[in-house]
Amino acid sequence: MNFEFSEEQELLREQARGFLADNCAPSVVRGVLDSQGDYDADLWKKVAEMGWTSTVIPEEFGGLGLSYLELVVVAEELGRAVAPIPFSSSVYLATEAILANGSVEQKEKWLPKLASGEVVGTFALAEGSGRPSAESLNTRFEAGKLTGKKLPVPDGNIADFAVIVTKSDTGDGASLALVELNQEAVIRSSVRTLDFSRGHASIEFKGAEAEILGADGSGWSAMESLMDRAAVMFAWEQVGIADAALEQARDYAMGRYAFGRAIASYQAIKHKLADMYVKNTLARSNCYYGAWALNSDSSELGLAAATARVGAIQASVNAAQENVQTHGGMGFTWEFDCQFFYRRAKLLSVNIGSEGFWQDKLITAYEQSNVA
Amino acid sequence: MDFADTQEEAAFRQEAADWLKANAPSKQDLEGMDEIEAAKFWQKKKYDAGWACITWNKEFGGRGATAIQSVIWNQEESKYDVPQGVFQIGQGMAAPTLMTWGQPEHHERYLPKLASGEEIWCQLFSEPAGGSDLAALRTKAEKEGDDWIINGQKIWTSGAHYSDYGILVVRTDPNVAKHKGLSYFFLDMKSPGVEIKPIKQLTGGAGFNEVYFTDVRIPDSQRLGEVGQGWQVALTTLMNERAAIGGGGGGVNVDLAYKIASEVMIDGKTATQDSAVRAKLANWYVQESGLKFTGYRSMTALSKGTTPGPENSIGKLVGAPKNQEMASFCMDLMEMNGAIWDEELSKEAGLVQMSYMGSPGLRIAGGTDEIMANIIAERVLGLPQEPRMDKGMPFTDVPTGGGS
Repeated sequence: MNFEFSEEQELLREQARGFLADNCAPSVVRGVLDSQGDYDADLWKKVAEMGWTSTVIPEEFGGLGLSYLELVVVAEELGRAVAPIPFSSSVYLATEAILANGSVEQKEKWLPKLASGEVVGTFALAEGSGRPSAESLNTRFEAGKLTGKKLPVPDGNIADFAVIVTKSDTGDGASLALVELNQEAVIRSSVRTLDFSRGHASIEFKGAEAEILGADGSGWSAMESLMDRAAVMFAWEQVGIADAALEQARDYAMGRYAFGRAIASYQAIKHKLADMYVKNTLARSNCYYGAWALNSDSSELGLAAATARVGAIQASVNAAQENVQTHGGMGFTWEFDCQFFYRRAKLLSVNIGSEGFWQDKLITAYEQSNVA
Repeated sequence: MDFADTQEEAAFRQEAADWLKANAPSKQDLEGMDEIEAAKFWQKKKYDAGWACITWNKEFGGRGATAIQSVIWNQEESKYDVPQGVFQIGQGMAAPTLMTWGQPEHHERYLPKLASGEEIWCQLFSEPAGGSDLAALRTKAEKEGDDWIINGQKIWTSGAHYSDYGILVVRTDPNVAKHKGLSYFFLDMKSPGVEIKPIKQLTGGAGFNEVYFTDVRIPDSQRLGEVGQGWQVALTTLMNERAAIGGGGGGVNVDLAYKIASEVMIDGKTATQDSAVRAKLANWYVQESGLKFTGYRSMTALSKGTTPGPENSIGKLVGAPKNQEMASFCMDLMEMNGAIWDEELSKEAGLVQMSYMGSPGLRIAGGTDEIMANIIAERVLGLPQEPRMDKGMPFTDVPTGGGS
């Protein structure tokens, strides 16, 4: 049994944690939060220089050609640091969409720039409230032109291009389109979300120049496969958040005194933190399963991804909420950093589909694995 | 990262699987035997072939196997429906305590018979006045010549009625602080003055006992550790209890709950199509899967020759309440029929109802949910203990809730 990261991967974790301690201190997160900016451009540049954006991109396209195990190590550390950068949009979604569906020309055009961080990509599915389906899509891609509106689009203000799920009259009812966002027929406006440290946009396409990504009428299944892969990486970020929130709660409870003793000595607090630890540990172990499935191209990926994602949503949202609670009134202030986890955990938990969405996917995958 | 055995592990697994295939008893082999006879039959067979208590030294009946080999053996053995359980306390808890605190003559006399299943041991720790607060126990031992005279009462003793020996913690000095006045012994359960009364549980069954001691004589040579060192010795036992209980649960799992859900209807569709049902099943799947892969991480640590981290301690804390919730949920799925507990009339021959009734015991035995949460809070997260009213106080002065 070798269900663990390698020594090299642990070394990468150490390096990543040190780098982020130096370059993504809480003051950096706060800088974006206070200004309600879109991201920290300086941090993004440095992260790209570290090579993290190029982790799994093959060497022939300017990447490092490493495995997903390296990438999830980085993802966890970015989660811990609540990094205000478009990493998930550009790396877990846009890069993956091109790797899986792109033509050679598209790969040659975009992957080297994604690897270097020179361009930022994003991915847009949602067009409003509620669970998306191929039938509910209104965005259309016809004769090279894209029309419709996507809302919200994570990192939509700063992205150079987006992968768009559009309606199709053939196949599974959807197609993926790749659209450059710096053109006149694309109208972007900022959308305020609960996480002020990550910009989101509403994007309207008025006959924008675009090109198909993958085959027409295979967009829905391509999207689902993309989501499964992204879910594993999101889950690792979320587990990073969950553990960091638990540590913050623990440290505060140890130092905060009430009725003459540390509040960490009260069972009401101890059991709360123990419960966070249990949820985090189960979520982490399921993330291992997800990472293994992603990295080995396993047929269990659907089940593993949903399991990792549901566990990570629950652990991170719980840890973020109970971290605020453990801090009492101070946790509710702007001044304290508890809000970082509280905002980011919830943002990530709906960004690629909610808990309920993934619970349903999990049982569907479970049913399929029983048939197989 | 993979799930594959190393070459040595794979070879060991094959050896174990081959032996089990050739030797695991069938239902017919065990026909006419009661639970104890069947368990002893299988244990002896393993012992004779060197597959009993495999991590123990050869001289005590084991084969000096590594921890990872032990996990592999358990995985392979659990593929067969062989009698298990009655030796768990003796082999899993008494034996490690004997190994750590006993004399060489204790090892020679008792360990091989523990391994072979010839002798069964029970654990005499809990008392009416001391469960979670074990050190509050009141059964006393007074020295008389080379013997100790025991008076008092133990409770929740699994298998006392069929055990040959018991491990026992008693108070030898009531005038010092509670943890300092304890000593640890083992005794012959057939000793004069030992009286065993079964406790009828809320399930209707009786797996536990009260054990009364009236002037029971134990030779001083059956003491483990120094006089007054009983708490430390008991900790050795308890650490192994948690290792032995581990996974916690059994009973109702997602596969069973899904099967039941697929057999009942909600609004004209099978319950498996109901989104609320699916969400609950998904949550339990996440827990089951999380425990499974946490176990794999622990196995990896063992495989590399290191000790697993404390993450392994969550098995019982998650597994026991989950079992209760799932049993309750499965009964809800059956609606009015959920109340029926009958081998003929109930789905799955009443397994769900049995699990529901048994699950409160799982949440209490071997450390309650609350004690397990304290252990995680203190040993894993490093949080301080709650202040104790009886700290440093002579045991005789410790307040009690009345009665004694």
